[in-house]
Amino acid sequence: MTELIVGPFNRVEGDLEVRLELRDGAVAAAYANSPLFRGFEVMLDGADPRDALTLTPRICGICSISQSAAAAHALADAAGAEMPEQGALAAAILHGVENLADHVTHFNLFFMPDFARLAYEARSWHSEMVERFTAAKGASQHAALEARARLFHVTGILGGKWPHTLAIQPAGVTRVPDAADRVRIVSILKSFRRHLEARLFGGRLEDFAGLSGLADLEAWTQGDAGLFLRASADLGLAEAGQGPRRYLSYGAYPLASGRVTRAGVWAGSGVSDAATGEIVEHVAQSWMLGTAAHPYDGATRPDEAMGAPGYSWCKAPRLDGQTCEVGALARQIVDGHPLALALADEGSVRARIAGRLLEIARTQMWLEDWTQALDPTAQFMGDFTVPKSGRGVGLVEAARGALGHWVVIEDGRIANYQIIAPTTWNFSPRDADGQPGPLEAALVGAPVAEGETAPLSVQHIVRSFDPCMVCTVH
Amino acid sequence: MNLLWLQSAGCGGCTMSLLCAEDPNVLELLEDAGINLLWHPAISEATGAEANAILQSVLSGDTALDILCVEGSIVTGPNGTGRFHILSGTGRPMLDWCRSLAPLAEHVVAVGTCAAFGGVTAAGGNPSGAVGLQFDGSQAGGALASEFRGRAGLPVINVAGCPTHPGWVTETLLLLASGALGAEALDGFNRPRFYTDHLVHHACPKNEYYEYKASARRLSELGCMMEHLGCIGTQAVGDCNIRPWNGGGSCTRGGYPCIACTSPDFEDPQLTFTETPKVAGIPVGLPTDMPKAWFMALASLSKAATPERISKNAKSDRIEVAPKPKRERSG
Repeated sequence: MTELIVGPFNRVEGDLEVRLELRDGAVAAAYANSPLFRGFEVMLDGADPRDALTLTPRICGICSISQSAAAAHALADAAGAEMPEQGALAAAILHGVENLADHVTHFNLFFMPDFARLAYEARSWHSEMVERFTAAKGASQHAALEARARLFHVTGILGGKWPHTLAIQPAGVTRVPDAADRVRIVSILKSFRRHLEARLFGGRLEDFAGLSGLADLEAWTQGDAGLFLRASADLGLAEAGQGPRRYLSYGAYPLASGRVTRAGVWAGSGVSDAATGEIVEHVAQSWMLGTAAHPYDGATRPDEAMGAPGYSWCKAPRLDGQTCEVGALARQIVDGHPLALALADEGSVRARIAGRLLEIARTQMWLEDWTQALDPTAQFMGDFTVPKSGRGVGLVEAARGALGHWVVIEDGRIANYQIIAPTTWNFSPRDADGQPGPLEAALVGAPVAEGETAPLSVQHIVRSFDPCMVCTVH
Repeated sequence: MNLLWLQSAGCGGCTMSLLCAEDPNVLELLEDAGINLLWHPAISEATGAEANAILQSVLSGDTALDILCVEGSIVTGPNGTGRFHILSGTGRPMLDWCRSLAPLAEHVVAVGTCAAFGGVTAAGGNPSGAVGLQFDGSQAGGALASEFRGRAGLPVINVAGCPTHPGWVTETLLLLASGALGAEALDGFNRPRFYTDHLVHHACPKNEYYEYKASARRLSELGCMMEHLGCIGTQAVGDCNIRPWNGGGSCTRGGYPCIACTSPDFEDPQLTFTETPKVAGIPVGLPTDMPKAWFMALASLSKAATPERISKNAKSDRIEVAPKPKRERSG
């Protein structure tokens, strides 16, 4: 048995260290360490509840609007406030743009450059990967970067800026779009669709979103998506990095008519309701003091001694005592999309990337529909008053998966604020029962070649989750 | 010239904002300026041992370090050890890394308010002991001593903002690359004056409301947000309303107040970010370079003289009454 520590693990958002125990040329055990503690939950203790709207987006520069939306919904829940129909729609557009941009950033900047590595020089697809995805130089990277910057003009219009907008409030949004804003957003989205169809998919979004099974997927050869699928087939990524195959989604985009994607848990056969009241965060193997608790009763007290058996600042959330995988794949499975369902049991690197591609196509179409439905004559902001006391939960879907904020208010101040971010689920350390987190389990069995210091199999698996480490510990 | 970028204790949002740079995109811009990205956590291929080798090569002096960019605050906790943030794979706190690398760099750039002053990471009692590279809030001296100078002679260049505008970062790097950023180009907090010689108030679309103190009462109303909603754009440095964010936005254009995110200690507002603290009904923190009595006198005069169009629109979430210039034809 030998040990390998992989870090700094880059092209993930934030800081990640992975410790591997190797046996017979494969990973025998893995330990995910989130090595940065900032303590946002501690900062919010005693604060004016409204400060959460300014501070929590700054947990993360890539999931900023997701954090903002979760905070707004938690405060709205505590106050009994609601967004007017059009306010919720504008908030969904802001959030959808961030999620769409994040997926595209992940694919082009974070995930794909590994296939352009020299180690893959002999592969038939390598020269195309080099041309499109060499880090900082690839043609697809540059095209995606420019398309992404233009897409964020939507947040310039509706949200002032990105990241760290304060436009989403518990009872609506701060800026009412006018008719000209609406048509500008329509044209920005058309331009982004052109980019996606020309580069990423090499075909119509409707066609990719219409794929219904593995054979369909494997027959998709066009665009960067097709290039990935070719490399994936060659490298066996459909068999790599299998997750717990228990998928959780809170349901994305709360509109007046309900959430756009279904909420629930998928575990082998169909979707059941997610009993979010049963979520428990363990701290037994985290550098945290205290005991396992539901977030309403949770605490964040860092163990300054960083004592064993703790090995990460991340807590270990469990639903019904079990780990869950969250993210685009989970969301699409829980929503019942046929392609995602066909990938559910596979639960692999390929499945996660395909799930994300599927969601890129669907999110672009949702954004187009929502913008068509935007009514500049309507009301966008309702009433909100900070309650003297109460508690509330805000459950949203960030690009990387299920994000929850739980707030307890006493005497008009925050008495407790707890956050479970998507990567807290996916990259959690072991819990009190020694059960590894989803990534830790997914890494077991990954092949490690002689002399590899950062095994490529491990890099593909880790990045397939699109971890956001700054959100994870917060 | 070689640029090394480290992400310390922050949110990564300044990098995400930098990636929004347009015409040209940030990668082209750096290449065209002759800036070679030694390593960037979000962009570079090198990971794990490969990335470590780059850091070691800089430490040993084998690779020249022209610009060190640090994004995120430097955490000193617990108990001054910096172990709340160990740079993964190295076993060393980021605090140590910054102290080792900074003296090797020709220029050190703090990207964002966290790296400059501690920023949001230092909010709410500062549980992680976050400081800036060369400032702790508004106090000189952070992770590096106040006497620190890069090899080229400048203190840490504080490109403050939460997040930074992509133009603030790219223009700082371009000026450094062309040898055109001297000590005189920095303000009292060592921020580049090309953007801090302006106030967020300049070119704010709510200026006409400000002139008459026609105030919004709640977020989404069009009026000036200074009197009730916590806006301190009249005292905050930044050209946010002169150059657009994300194609044309800014905080005040988005309908929410400027919270002076380019300033040290902005993270701990007196009351809450979106409500103006008042004494006897009068907002505290009026513009600093104007006698208070004059301000009050002008405010009451202008309030009394407010045209109906402005007072109505100020309390609406969209234009209710359009301006009617004299020469407009009827019919």
